[in-house]
Amino acid sequence: MSEKPATNIFSKKPSRQALFETCVSTFFRLATYLVIIAAGYLFVNIAYNGSKAVFTTKAPFINIDFLTQKPQTLHVYEPKEVTTEQQKINAEILSTKAKRNALGSGEKAQRAEYEAHIESLEERYDILDEQRVEGRLMFSDSEYRQLDETPSEELFKYSNYAYSGGGIGPAIIGTCLLVTGSIAIALTLGVLCAVYLSEYSQPGKMLQLIRLSIMNLSGVPSIVFGLFGFGMFVLFFGWGVSMIAGWFTLAIMALPIIITASEESMRAIPKGFREGSLALGASKWTSIRTNVLPYALPGILTSSIMGIARVAGETAPIMFTAAFALRDQLPWEGLKEPTDFFFQGVMALPYHIYVVSAKIPQNEYTRNMQYGAAFVFLFIVGFFALSSIILRVKIRKKYKW
Amino acid sequence: MAQTSTPSDMTDENKPIIEIRNFDFAYGDAQALFDINMDIREKEVTSFIGPSGCGKSTFLRCFNRMNDLIDIANIKGGEIKISDINIYDKEVDVIELRKHVGMVFQKSNPFPKSIYDNIAYGLRIQGIKQKSVLDGVVEECLRGAALWDEVKDRLNESALGMSGGQQQRLCIARALAVKPKILLMDEPCSALDPIATAKVEELIHQLKKQYTIIIVTHSMQQAARVSDKTAFFYLGKLIEFGKTDDIFMNPTDPQTEAYISGRFG
Repeated sequence: MSEKPATNIFSKKPSRQALFETCVSTFFRLATYLVIIAAGYLFVNIAYNGSKAVFTTKAPFINIDFLTQKPQTLHVYEPKEVTTEQQKINAEILSTKAKRNALGSGEKAQRAEYEAHIESLEERYDILDEQRVEGRLMFSDSEYRQLDETPSEELFKYSNYAYSGGGIGPAIIGTCLLVTGSIAIALTLGVLCAVYLSEYSQPGKMLQLIRLSIMNLSGVPSIVFGLFGFGMFVLFFGWGVSMIAGWFTLAIMALPIIITASEESMRAIPKGFREGSLALGASKWTSIRTNVLPYALPGILTSSIMGIARVAGETAPIMFTAAFALRDQLPWEGLKEPTDFFFQGVMALPYHIYVVSAKIPQNEYTRNMQYGAAFVFLFIVGFFALSSIILRVKIRKKYKW
Repeated sequence: MAQTSTPSDMTDENKPIIEIRNFDFAYGDAQALFDINMDIREKEVTSFIGPSGCGKSTFLRCFNRMNDLIDIANIKGGEIKISDINIYDKEVDVIELRKHVGMVFQKSNPFPKSIYDNIAYGLRIQGIKQKSVLDGVVEECLRGAALWDEVKDRLNESALGMSGGQQQRLCIARALAVKPKILLMDEPCSALDPIATAKVEELIHQLKKQYTIIIVTHSMQQAARVSDKTAFFYLGKLIEFGKTDDIFMNPTDPQTEAYISGRFG
């Protein structure tokens, strides 16, 4: 045995190559973290702001009214004492700021004095604001109408805000109806189409062309689908702005994804499954039904998840075809005939968020509404996606190969 | 050679169950089989040998019209008669034909279901649902495929948990469930180890008593071991067809001799 340890021929040597490798991997890592942080911030922000509207501090801790009531005008009474003082302070802050801005660059002592004054005023304003929030009275439309006596105009300052009271009940129901109906239509049509394309059609130029155009369809902007649906279903078919028009518009939007993904998952089924059953005397359809579709089902469900994700969040396609900004009745109320159910417009969460964010004056009360609706919306989309993921996992366990 | 009174010799006198006359087959423009003439007799094992791409598997798939699945496949001439019926006749229902002519594939393809469901599949698609009937057939077929004792305690477990050799025998059992008269085997042992191969070959010996078997194989030893008749194909042509012993001992065609003695192929 030699005394010197053998030199390690694999030892690490610093080199430009190694440095470059480290840089590259760090770069990828940073990009990934950036995405995670951005996504995390988005969710936390919506969850934080939304939970103010959705949850309450009292049992049952969920704001049932918000989830079930219709959107209403909010009537707010703020203690006049506080608001008048706030107004005064506000005016003083503004005037002090103006004085400060007028100062030359030399007068540092004077500037510091103004700054301190502004700060103390702002602190006072915040304290008053808390008092205002504590002392204010808020009534939704229905509550307001039942009041025997409105609070006295002398003690309270009255203001009202459209869409800021009540809840988003009809929009939740409308979104669920739209998603369920459109996915049902899209899955039926899409799977039929995918079965034909993958199992029955003759390979060739024509088939490639069809595949290509289906794939291209998924790149079409959603507003174009909206216009198409408006022209086709609302006007040409004369369905009017209705749930069924929205179903078909959204279904057409989800179709390309569902067809492409379902076809892929069917073509991934080993040829042996088909041949095996055909050789046992199965007809073509029997072989597809028993030995292709069940095993392709997880893939089809995955495609439906992607379809739901695309369809549920869209505002543009339902804007012209199915969504109402406000509707007094729930979908099953006031039907003259059962078929009227399909031919009525509904409220939908994405459109509701759009309306409360872009169509009405913004203030602290609408903000609550926007985030509350967004939070519930995320939850619903997540719920739909999660349930099909669970279904897929269950089926995959059953049909594993 | 000594067993001159085996049933296969006796059936030589009978009318063949499969008659192939001037059969030409092509994939698009590329002709794959040229003018094949052959008689296959009942309850015999016939093996097809030949180098890769010689058309033996294509030919095998003509007997249950599996080639119908390939769009460009077409019969250019001649006919295949099974029990005196031309199977490419317009009147023939492919489904009935395939019930009559079972097939076992090169790559064992058990369905990802339980062992029981695999066997019952062929009956279920015919609409047979009574459990008593299915139970009987499953046991009968598994016994027929010499698999019953190995799997009787785990009929409801996935067929994919079986060994490769068991899977292939399961596929044979599955084919038996629809009561075919003829069994086609497309290189059934190509993916199996020698022990599993020996079991399948033993099974073929037993099945011969009830079924007419056609087997495609790459192993000449296997052909020699299991078959009564052997057909040698080369480049889409049937070069020589006769009793296995004759083919291996006294081939008449120099190409056959070259192939079986290992000089090409």
